[in-house]
Amino acid sequence: MREALRDAMAEEMRRDEAVFLMGEDIGVFQGAFKVTEGLLDEFGERRVRDTPISENTIVGTGVGAAMGGLRPVVELMTVNFSLLALDQIVNHAAAIPYMFNGETRVPLTIRMPGGGGHQLGPTHSHSFEALYQQVPGLLVACPSTPADGKALLKAAIRDDNPVIFIEHESLYGRRGEVPDDGDGELLRFGEAAVRREGGDVTIVGILKMAHVAEDAARALANEHGVEAEVIDPRTLRPLDLDTILDSVRKTNRAVIVEEGWPHGGVGANLATLITEQAFDYLDAPVQRVTGADVHMPYAKRLEQAAIPHEEHVVKAALAALEGSL
Amino acid sequence: MADLPDAGTCYELLARMSLIRRFEEEAGRQYQRAKAGGFLHLGIGEEATIVGTASVMRDEDYLVGTYRTHGHAIARGTEPKRVMAELFGRVDGTSGGRGGSMHIFDRERRFMGGYGVVGGNLPIAAGLALSSEYKGEDAVTVCMFGDGASNTGNFGETMNLAALWQLPIFFLVENNLYGMGTSVERHSAQTDLSKKAEGYGISGERIDGMDVIAVREGVAEGIRQAREERRPTVLEAFTYRYRGHSAADPEVYREREEVEEWREKDPIEAFARRCREAGVLGEREVEEVRAKAEERVTEAVEFADASPEPALDSLYENLYVLDSAAGWYAVDERSPEPHRGEDEERMPAAARELAEAGAAYGGQPDGPRPNPAEQGDAQEGVEPEVAEEGDDSPVAEEVERGDRR
Repeated sequence: MREALRDAMAEEMRRDEAVFLMGEDIGVFQGAFKVTEGLLDEFGERRVRDTPISENTIVGTGVGAAMGGLRPVVELMTVNFSLLALDQIVNHAAAIPYMFNGETRVPLTIRMPGGGGHQLGPTHSHSFEALYQQVPGLLVACPSTPADGKALLKAAIRDDNPVIFIEHESLYGRRGEVPDDGDGELLRFGEAAVRREGGDVTIVGILKMAHVAEDAARALANEHGVEAEVIDPRTLRPLDLDTILDSVRKTNRAVIVEEGWPHGGVGANLATLITEQAFDYLDAPVQRVTGADVHMPYAKRLEQAAIPHEEHVVKAALAALEGSL
Repeated sequence: MADLPDAGTCYELLARMSLIRRFEEEAGRQYQRAKAGGFLHLGIGEEATIVGTASVMRDEDYLVGTYRTHGHAIARGTEPKRVMAELFGRVDGTSGGRGGSMHIFDRERRFMGGYGVVGGNLPIAAGLALSSEYKGEDAVTVCMFGDGASNTGNFGETMNLAALWQLPIFFLVENNLYGMGTSVERHSAQTDLSKKAEGYGISGERIDGMDVIAVREGVAEGIRQAREERRPTVLEAFTYRYRGHSAADPEVYREREEVEEWREKDPIEAFARRCREAGVLGEREVEEVRAKAEERVTEAVEFADASPEPALDSLYENLYVLDSAAGWYAVDERSPEPHRGEDEERMPAAARELAEAGAAYGGQPDGPRPNPAEQGDAQEGVEPEVAEEGDDSPVAEEVERGDRR
């Protein structure tokens, strides 16, 4: 995944002079997670800019540069630190195109890695997909595979809208086929991937939870004779709700898996949309599997207990199927 | 005292300042008539700082302002009628009625926005300057902000970045002595705001923001340093708003006498007097300036009044750039009545009525405007300031006769 994201940026920078990178320790240090490794060497300090630790101003400078005709790619060291830049993200990047009535655009990509599982504790393990998907004007990408990561990042950089590009720290080392045909494999925002077909229950998972959902589907098939359909939305704004609804209309049951908090989460939102749009097709309440409603604890045992795992998803799917097996 | 420029320039400066004064007075009046809504921050008294700054900028330079920027746009050349239409929330407004008083914008004239969040404009200005630098263009970004913004984190962050990256940017503090109702002495440990960025290697000067010529000189030098030496500087211009912070300001934090004292230094009156005494402008010109301002503002109100309200079906326009829309961008746009569910017929009548009434996004196009005093910008129970009828500009009346050179 790490290399796929780096290649996406490098290819877009080669293609378009207006694309440049800004962020804390992305140049000389090569990125806190080494995603920008080698880019300073290739593109130089003008286009790979190390910044001070000033999140709100880094994003704001990106907003202004985008309004001035550039295509900045801002790296915030982690999702957690994006809270320091919320004013520029929500009040400015997201609002400006609308509040200035389309007179200016903000083609800005803001990358931020997050998620738990590395014993980084309460301030370094957030999942804020739900927070950002709520803001009109933003696009939100949350890729789970290297191929999607590369294609979506390239699409994000070319998009004229501000994009929140959420990466999962646990997925950086993940391997996978990445098409090597340059512009051929540009993924459109708003197109979900059906990772596995099945007729019994729909499981929707994002980021690392897309993989947990797939693992759970395999366990359901092997151990319970249940065929789950697994959907990875890939982007939360725009949302490919139609693919999810089509699946639910077929399976009549849905489980949503995310790492973030349950109150007002991605799952809460999807459950509402499914209930509103496909209520008559549901044979059971929509099930949610989320991160625990606590701040991420440091102790490994507690941390793992706060993150959804395969068995939680299996349990939720079986609960949705209860009485019909 | 700096020399006056040529007669043509003096005429233009007086004309712009008078136009802004007249515009703002009228905006205040229209607000009281509920033609304009929300908050209204008037720049009456600050015209010399605004016009002096804009008058020494090149067309390609960017100007970024605050939430008090009707005058800044007009100084850049935006049609007053389009600003008025924005205040009225009409389609011909600078932002088509989406932004309102605090969010005026005119890309063509490189007025890159009024911004409603104090200090929020600072990094954006740095970004615009970066875009010029990156593209190898000559443009300078002029970033104007108030004394209050110098206390935000953005101030330190942006000053640091601007100096570190040697951006072609020039900062102008419009110090009107109050961050809303809190005086500089009560809100800033360092009351000399021109020194506040020294720690970042950004030097500063203080000038009389009521003297349009002094402003021109100070700003021209700051812009020159930004353009030629890539050296950001701060200029602190002392100015004063005669009216409250917004139209809903009871002004309990300052004395009437203080306002009167500043009114005596009125930037327009003083400049007109000086031009007359120097024989640069005569009564005919001064009268003409006044009449033209009156005419354009009258025209602006008529234009704004005649401009249609935005159509309800434009609600989602310009939220996104949509080339090849896949998926649901705005959930309720694709399903504007989500509460109807799959089968409308089976819904209870009450829910259906709610949905038909637009409960999903609660539009209230013809409803009365809420009283701004109830909206949190004013102290509870305080009535908004009422503009006095006949509170006309002091610009021209008291200027004596003389001939334009």
